Amino acid sequence: MANITNEEIIQHIQTDLPGCILSAEESFGMCTIEIPANQVKNLFQFLYAHPQMEFQFLTDLCGIHYPNQVDKELGVVYHIHSLVNNLRLRIKAFVPKANPQIESVSSIFKSANWQERETFDFYGIVFTGHPNLKRILNVDEMTYYPLRKEYPLEDQHRTDKNDSYFGR
Amino acid sequence: MENNLNNTFEEQSKNYTTLNLGPTHPATHGIFQNILTMDGEIIVDSEQTVGYIHRAFEKIAEHRPFYQVTPLTDRLNYCSSPINNMGWHMTMEKLLGVTVPKRVDYMRVIVMELARIADHLVCNSVIGVDTGALTGFTYVFQWREKIYDIYEEICGARLTTNIGRIGGMERDFSKEVIAKIEDFLAGFPKVFNEFCSLLERNRIFMDRTIGTGPITAEKALNYGFTGPNLRATGVDYDVRVMNPYASYSDFDFNIPVGVNGDTYDRFMVRQEEIRESLKIIRQALNNLPAGKYFAEVPSFYLPPKEEVYNNMEALIWHFKIVMGEADVPVGEIYHSVEGGNGELGYYLVSDGGRAAYRLHFRRPCFIYYQAFPEMVKGSTLSDAIVAMSSMNVIAGELDA
Repeated sequence: MANITNEEIIQHIQTDLPGCILSAEESFGMCTIEIPANQVKNLFQFLYAHPQMEFQFLTDLCGIHYPNQVDKELGVVYHIHSLVNNLRLRIKAFVPKANPQIESVSSIFKSANWQERETFDFYGIVFTGHPNLKRILNVDEMTYYPLRKEYPLEDQHRTDKNDSYFGR
Repeated sequence: MENNLNNTFEEQSKNYTTLNLGPTHPATHGIFQNILTMDGEIIVDSEQTVGYIHRAFEKIAEHRPFYQVTPLTDRLNYCSSPINNMGWHMTMEKLLGVTVPKRVDYMRVIVMELARIADHLVCNSVIGVDTGALTGFTYVFQWREKIYDIYEEICGARLTTNIGRIGGMERDFSKEVIAKIEDFLAGFPKVFNEFCSLLERNRIFMDRTIGTGPITAEKALNYGFTGPNLRATGVDYDVRVMNPYASYSDFDFNIPVGVNGDTYDRFMVRQEEIRESLKIIRQALNNLPAGKYFAEVPSFYLPPKEEVYNNMEALIWHFKIVMGEADVPVGEIYHSVEGGNGELGYYLVSDGGRAAYRLHFRRPCFIYYQAFPEMVKGSTLSDAIVAMSSMNVIAGELDA
C-alpha cells in the first residue's frame, strides 16, 4: 500500500523545511502535524511537488475554535491525500482571534476556494491572497461568525426553555 | 462625419445578457442560483450563489448527543441517506474502538449499495429528462420506490432513513426484507436494461451529452472531484477500494472509469456502477454471515424494549443513551465513505464530552460544484443544464 510512512514524511519536512513542524502526533493512524500559520503555503507547495510524497489532493479544509488557547484560538485543519501513496495527512495551523490571518492555498488547490470561503464565513479567518473572499452559505449582512464557540445555538433570550441539562 | 459603424457593431456585440438561472428553476433540481453572463446562446461566465437551504448542521451537531447526529446526516445527500447514516455510525465506531460483527458489515453493504443504485437512478434518469427523454425516468422510478420499500421494511422510513445504530443495525433482516431484496435483484435488471437501451446508444442522447461539460483529470483532481465525476475523467479513485470500510474488500467488483470526463462519461460511469452494485448485493446476500446484528456497545446501542421494561441494567443504559450521558474517548477522526456522488467525509473532534467538539462534513458536491463555471464556459445554455444534472449536485448536501 503506502510506499512512505508517516515518520518519513515528518523527516522529509524537517530536513527540507526546518522549524516548520511545531508538533506531530498520530491519531487513529493519521499523521497530524501543527505548523506556523505563515508556513502554510510554503509547506503545501513542498508537499505537492515532492517526488516521493505528491500530496496533490486536498480532501478537506475546515476551521476550528479553541477559546482557551491564548493567541491560538482559531485554527484551520487541512486534510490532504497523496493518491499515489494512498496516505492521508492532517495539517493544522492556528492564528490569534485578534488577527486571524492565514495564507490562502487556493492558488495550489482550486478546491480550496469555496472551502476557505466557508471557513471565513463561519470562523472569520481571513485567507490572504484568496481571489474572492466573501461569505458563502450565510447572508452577506451577517455581522458575526456563527461557528465560533461563543455564539449560542439558539436565541439565548428565550426564557421558556432550560437548555443547561442538554448538550453544552 | 466620421464613419465608426464598425466600432459600434463591435461594442454592441459585447453587450452581454445576464440571465438568472435559479434559485428555483425547475431544471436545476435544487435551490441554487447561477447568474449567467450570456453572449447570445453561449455562456461567457457564470457566478454561483449557494446557501439557500443552509441549516447549520455543524453547529447543531456540537450541541446534540452523538446518536442525534444521524438524522442530520440523512438530510445531506437525501437521495442516498443510508450511506450518510452508515458513514456516521462507522465514524463513531472508529472513535469508540468498536469492531462490529461481519453480519453487520454485510447488511450495511447491502443497504449502502441499494442506496447507491437509488442515487444513481435519480441522477441518470434526470439527465434523460433534461435531454427530453421522460420515458426512462418513469420506468426506473418505480424501482427506486421498491428500494424505498426495502428501507421501509428494514427501518420504517423511506427517504430520510435514520437507518442503523452506532454499533450495528437496529434489527435483523426479516424474511420480508430478504424476499424484497431478492425480488429487486430478480426484477430490476430487466427494467434497467430497458432503460439502458433507451439512452446509452441513443443518437439524440449521445449528441446531446458527448463532449458537453468536459473536465480533464488534472483539473478534476485540483478541484477536489471525487466519486463518479472523478472516475469519468479516468481516475480510478474509489474510497471503497482505497480505504476499504465495512468489509468491502471481501467483495469482487470493478471500478468503472471514463475517458473524457464529459456528461456522457459521467452518465456511463453511473450506469456501470449500478451493475457493479447489483453484483455486490448479490454476493453479500449469498454470503450473509450468521451471527449477531449488533456489537456490544451498551453505552450507544439501545437495548431491546422488553429488556428495558424488565431489567434494571438495560433500563439504566437506555436512560443514559437517551440522555446522551455516555463517555467517549478524546480524539480526532477522519472517516470517509464512498457516497452516491463522491467521498463523504466526517471530521470529528471529540473532547470527551457528550457532544462533538467539532464535526465537519466533507460534502463532495460542495467541493466539486465550484468547477461548474469552468466546465460550462463557452457552451450553450441547454448543454449547461445537462452538465449540471450530470454532476449530481444535491442542494441538501451543498448547503449542509
